[in-house]
Amino acid sequence: MLNPDLVGRTFTSADSVTVTKEAIQKFAEVLGESNFDIAPPTFSISITLDQSQSLLQGSGLDWTRVVHGEQRFDIKRPIIAGDVLVGSSTIESARNVAENEIVTVRSDLHAGSNLVVSTWSTLVVRA
Amino acid sequence: MSQLVTGQEFPAKTFTINRELLIKYADASGDQNPIHQDEAFAKSVGLPDVIAHGMLTMGLAGKYLSDISGAEKVIQFSAKFIKPVVVPANTDVLLIVSGKVGEIADGLAKIELLAMCNEIKVLGVAKGVIKL
Repeated sequence: MLNPDLVGRTFTSADSVTVTKEAIQKFAEVLGESNFDIAPPTFSISITLDQSQSLLQGSGLDWTRVVHGEQRFDIKRPIIAGDVLVGSSTIESARNVAENEIVTVRSDLHAGSNLVVSTWSTLVVRA
Repeated sequence: MSQLVTGQEFPAKTFTINRELLIKYADASGDQNPIHQDEAFAKSVGLPDVIAHGMLTMGLAGKYLSDISGAEKVIQFSAKFIKPVVVPANTDVLLIVSGKVGEIADGLAKIELLAMCNEIKVLGVAKGVIKL
């Protein structure tokens, strides 16, 4: 059970991530994409996964019972090789539906002061 | 991209998912959760077998969306993970993705996506918004 006081908690990565062409290519190839000049629409998850897990560390969530319920991306501009991105993640909400707990985490990636992508991951903690 | 019309349907595409692809996706995405690679572990937590990363399934639907507009035109993409894609050993599981044009307004088009696996819908209300 997530500690309800943690809603609103934000984690900002200490380090920026520099996107390489190799990282885009590796991700794109798995999806059968041959354009490596810009990242596929879901690429940002490979950067935000770590920061959202850091955010939820010590939150009381039972990771062995977590499944991914829903995902949304708002893409301001595509990610390209050479981008230097800084991420922050926030616990936006936590609620109980039936026996399950549903937690929504928003993650933003910025290049300098410009927002590049916002993502919302909804996690379902199975009872 | 040619002129889109609301209701227009795009031809379905088939993507192949197997254990090898799950390992490649785990390496590329950093999601090394053992439920996507280790059959014994997956079964120990109550799953029928190894399951695909939801984000792999969504990523393949995203490839379908990118093929319609070009990845640079995709400004929104969302889906619910309503059924797991079960991936038994030594098996190619087929994911069939199709799409149609929804609302068109203000230079944007909504693309409604359908992702089916063994005749079961695996993504719910999957949709993208593309710039025209």
